[in-house]
Amino acid sequence: MEAIKEHKGLVFPLNRTNVDTDQIIPKQFLKRIERTGFGQFVFYNWRFDDSGNKREDFDLNKTQFEGASILLAGENFGCGSSREHAPWALLDYGFKVIIAPSFADIFYSNALKNGIILIKMEESQIMEWMKQAEDGTFHLSVNLKKQEIQDEEGKVVDFDIPSYHKEKLLNGWDDIALTLLLEDKIQAYEKA
Amino acid sequence: MGNPKTIIEKIWEKHVVHSEEGKPDLIYIDQHLVHEVTSPQAFEGLRLNNRKVRRPDLTYATMDHNVPTKNRDVVKDEISRKQMETLRKNCEDFGIKLADMFHPDQGIVHVIGPQLGLTQPGKTIVCGDSHTSTHGAFGALAFGIGTSEVEHVLATQTLMQERPKTLNVKVEGDLGPGVTAKDLILAIISKFGVRFGTGYVMEYTGEAIHKLPMEGRMTICNMSIEGGARAGLISPDETTVEYLRGREYVPEGEAFEKKAEEWLALATDDGAVYDRTVVIDASEVEPQVSWGTNPSMCVPVGGNTPSLDEVEHKEDVQRALEYMGLQENQPITSIEVDHVFIGSCTNSRLRDLQKAAEIINGRKVKSGVKAIVVPGSFSVKLEAEKLGLDEIFKEAGFEWRDSGCSMCLGMNDDIVPAGGRCASTSNRNFEGRQGNGARTHLVSPEMAAAAAVEGHFVDVRKFKSGVLN
Ligand code: SF4
Repeated sequence: MEAIKEHKGLVFPLNRTNVDTDQIIPKQFLKRIERTGFGQFVFYNWRFDDSGNKREDFDLNKTQFEGASILLAGENFGCGSSREHAPWALLDYGFKVIIAPSFADIFYSNALKNGIILIKMEESQIMEWMKQAEDGTFHLSVNLKKQEIQDEEGKVVDFDIPSYHKEKLLNGWDDIALTLLLEDKIQAYEKA
Repeated sequence: MGNPKTIIEKIWEKHVVHSEEGKPDLIYIDQHLVHEVTSPQAFEGLRLNNRKVRRPDLTYATMDHNVPTKNRDVVKDEISRKQMETLRKNCEDFGIKLADMFHPDQGIVHVIGPQLGLTQPGKTIVCGDSHTSTHGAFGALAFGIGTSEVEHVLATQTLMQERPKTLNVKVEGDLGPGVTAKDLILAIISKFGVRFGTGYVMEYTGEAIHKLPMEGRMTICNMSIEGGARAGLISPDETTVEYLRGREYVPEGEAFEKKAEEWLALATDDGAVYDRTVVIDASEVEPQVSWGTNPSMCVPVGGNTPSLDEVEHKEDVQRALEYMGLQENQPITSIEVDHVFIGSCTNSRLRDLQKAAEIINGRKVKSGVKAIVVPGSFSVKLEAEKLGLDEIFKEAGFEWRDSGCSMCLGMNDDIVPAGGRCASTSNRNFEGRQGNGARTHLVSPEMAAAAAVEGHFVDVRKFKSGVLN
C-alpha cells in the first residue's frame, strides 16, 4: 500500500445515502482474478445503460467531473457485501479520499487497507460542500497529518481519524508484514 | 468468579494474541472459510511475497457464488470457469481442503460450515463474505472480511481488529403463529435501520430467540450485516449442542460431552452489561415484505408502501419506489410477482424447504411465474429428495436446482431480467442485486411459496387457516 500524506483534488458530490457495494461495483465484474483494472466498472449501473452507453443523467459522466478524486457521499457509505473490489474500483477510478457522515464497517477497513483516506464528517458540512461541488469546479485539499481540510478560499475544517489509522496511511504500512513480526506471540498462542 | 460477561467478551478475551495501547488487538482465527470470488487476489498476494498458508488445517474452501445450478458440467462463462479453476489450483498448491462443484459436501459456504460441524460455539470464524455472521447462530464470533484480510488470515491465522462494542438485541414475547425468524429479523432491521449495528457485535437474546431451531437462528444471525453489524450471535444452549452432536467435524463420545459443557459455559452471564440495548416485542411482528431497495424498507404484508409526506428521507424513498416500479401508499398485496426464488444462505436449509413445501403441497404455481428452488447444499438437496420435497415442488411447477448462491446475486445464469419482480428468500434487495434493473422483495420461504401460488403477495397465515386454498 502506498503512503499518502495529503491530497488536493476535484470534488464529486454523490448525494445518496446507503450506497452499497453492489452499486459501487456490480457482481458481474467480480469474476476477475486480478486486483487491478476495476475502475472502469465503478458505479457501473448508474454510469451506463443496458446497452453499455454512458448515461447523460449521471453527473460523474459529465466532462466537468473528469478527474474527480474526492468523493462526497451520504451516510452508511459502502454497506452490503465485503467485496474489496469496491475500494479497488474507487481507487482505480481515481478516488483517493471519501468523505461521508458514516461508513459501513467492512468497507471502512477494506478501504483503509488500500490507502484510501476515509473521513467522517458532520452531515451539515457535507451538505454545504455538496452544494458548492454541484458545478464541477470545487476543489478541496486534505492534509492528513494536520487532520485538516481546506477549501479554495482558505476556509479550514478539522476532522477526526483514529490515530492508528492515520499512522497506517501516512506510512503505507503492510499489516501482514507487521503481524509477521509477532510470530513468536502467534506461536506461543498456538502452543498454549 | 469475576465480573459477569457477555459471550462476546468471553470469546474475544480467549482469542487475543497480542494487545497494545492505541492499536487494534491481534486475534487468533479458529476457522477460515474460503470461496472462489474473494480469494484469488489473496492467494496471488501470498505468491508474490513468497508466503505460505500458515494453517491449511484450519482453512476450508468451497465453490458457491459462480456455480451453475443446472447442467453443472458446462460452465458457459469463461471467466467464471477461470475463477473456479483458480480456486482449485490454489487449494492444491497450498494444501487446503476443497469441496468443489461435484463434491458431496459442496454448498453455500454458510450452509456447509454448520452442516459439517466446522462451525462451533466459541470459535472465531471468518470468510471473505459479509454473511459470515450466519455462523454466530452457534455462539461463534463470525464475521465477513475483505480480500486483504483473507490474505492476512491465510498468512498469519490472525487478524488485527478493534475490540467491538456489544449490542443486546432483546426480543421480548413470543412470535405469533405463522410468523417466522425471517419476519423477525426483517422487522428488527425495519425498526432500527440499516446501520444501528455499525461498530457493534450483536447478541440476540430473549426466549423467542432460544425457542427457535438452529435454522431460524441462522436466518437471524445471517442478516445482522443488513443492520450494519459485522457479527451477530446467540448464546449456545441445548438446541445448539444437539444440532452439532454427531456432525463430521465435532468430537465424539466423552470428548463431545466435555466440549458441550465448555460451549454452554460461554453463554452470557446474568447481569452482564452491554454497551447498548434495543428491544423489540416479537408478539407484534407480522409476516414482512420488503418494498424498497434496502432491507430496512419493509412492512407487514397487510400494510402499504410509505406515503411520501410521512417519511424522513423523502428523496431516498422516492428513488426506491421509482426503481421498484411502485406507487406510494400502494397495498403490498396488490404487488404482482413474476419470479420466485427460494434459496440463499438465509433460507435454503432443509427446514426452510420443508416449510415452503407445506404451503406448496397440492397447489400450483400461478401461470406466468417462474419459480425456482435452490437448496443450500448438495446434502440438503439429497435429504429433501429423500423426503420427496423435490416432487412436491416440481409437481407445483417449481424448478428444482443444484446447490449454490444462484439468484441471490445472479453471478451465474440465474438472473431476474430488467423490470422483473421477484419474491425472494435472500437477504439483499439492493438495486440490481438479482440482475440489472431487477426488483427484489425479501420474504420468508412460506411467504415466497404463497406468492408463487397467488402471483402476488398474500398473508401466508390465510393459507394456513384455510381462508385461501
Ligand atoms: S447466498 Fe447470497 S448472500 Fe449468501 S453467500 Fe451466496 S451470494 Fe452471499
